[in-house]
Order: sequence, then structure tokens, then C-alpha cells
Amino acid sequence: MTPDIRWLWYVLVGLAAGTVSGMGIGGGAILIPSLTVLLGVGQREAQHINLLFFLPTAIMALRIHAREKNIEKKGLWKLTLFGLIGAVPAALIAVRINADWLRKGFAVFLLCMAAYELIKGTRAWKKSRRDKCEAAKA
Amino acid sequence: MISGVANGLFGAGGGTVLVPGLERFIPLETHKAHATALAVMLPLSIVSAIIYTSAAQVEIKWSAVLFVSLGGMVGGVIGAKVLKKLSAAWLNILFGLFLAAGAIRMLTL
Repeated sequence: MTPDIRWLWYVLVGLAAGTVSGMGIGGGAILIPSLTVLLGVGQREAQHINLLFFLPTAIMALRIHAREKNIEKKGLWKLTLFGLIGAVPAALIAVRINADWLRKGFAVFLLCMAAYELIKGTRAWKKSRRDKCEAAKA
Repeated sequence: MISGVANGLFGAGGGTVLVPGLERFIPLETHKAHATALAVMLPLSIVSAIIYTSAAQVEIKWSAVLFVSLGGMVGGVIGAKVLKKLSAAWLNILFGLFLAAGAIRMLTL
């Protein structure tokens, strides 16, 4: 890819990933493969960029979610605390292990997520079709 | 805690694990689960980002961070606004297909 339009790709990839992120379903799952596969960024660097990208993106999205009162505050600090207990050692491991393992591990993680999303989506789609059929009969 | 591990290790994916978790165990309604997951992920990402930045062996391109973040901020607003208007079924299927394609490409790289 010619270097002079690379910045445009970064913006476009960020836009797509940000839209998914704002919905709270894992923009990183879009951003990291896009950066590594399309733009040739290293796995660890892509993860690093994703973490930094997420901060302003999440703040923008959270402002809207807060206005619409979609954030459940009960137990929020507990979830965050447990999350931190998991996140700190995991991040310390991630900055040390072989980047090749990291990429393979991430790919397996993506596959599990893909399977979950596809099963959930197909179920919801079948259900909505069934509901439509019943509505048509009634 | 599991979502924290995912987020720290892969720098991503905490939300994907957290959303179904919130729906099942708390239980929260879908739209609330998505928004709440974001609120939990923000502090986790700040901490992970600090660890990554302080221990980076390869300097990242800050211009790339800037451009990706610019797109991300606009996208974040769009995502938050359209969340309630989208058909969940199609969203799941599209997202799942994209993930599968990305994963296969990464494994064969």
C-alpha cells in the first residue's frame, strides 16, 4: 500500500472499529485483525494501539449511554475490581511472551467469539421469522 | 475477572466476554449490558494501556494511534446512537462472519 494514503486507512479502520466499540461488542476484534492483516502492524503493537484507541472512543460512547441512562451503576465497582485483578497480570504476560503465540492465541479467541456470535444470530433470526409467521397466521 | 484477562492479554475482547456474562448472571437487559460493559472496560483499558506503554519493546507509531482514534471517536458516537436501532440477529451474524474471516487469516499468516 502506498504510504501517503495509509493515514486514510487508519481513520477508516478506526471508524469501523469505533462504531462497533460504541455498541459495546468489541471493536478490538475488528481493529486488531484489520491492523495486522491489512496494514501489516505487529500483533503486540496492534493490541497496544487498540487499547489507546479505546480510551477516547469509549469516553465518547459512554457520554451518550449515560445520557440515555443505559449504564447499570449497581455493582459496577465490583465488576471493575475483579476485572482489574484479571487485567493486570494478563497485560504483564502479554508484553513478555512471543508475539507469534500471542497472535495464534488471539485468533483462537476470535474463532470462539465468531462461533458464539453466529449461533446467537442464527437463533435470533429463526425466532424472528417464527414470530412473523405466527403474526401472519393470527 | 475473565474479561479482565482477555482484555489484558489480547488488548481487546473484554467487552465481548462481559456482555453475555452480564446478560446471563446479573441479569441485565441487552442494551444495558452493552453500555455497562463499556463503563467497566474503560478503567481496565487505562491500566492495561499503561502497562503496555511502559513495557513496549517496539515503539508504536503515535501517528497511527492518532488517526485510528480520530476515526474511533466518530465511530464511538455512531455506535452508541445506532445500538438500539439495529436488528440484533443480523448484527451477530455479520460480526461473527467478520471475526471468523479475521481469525482464519491470522492463523494462516
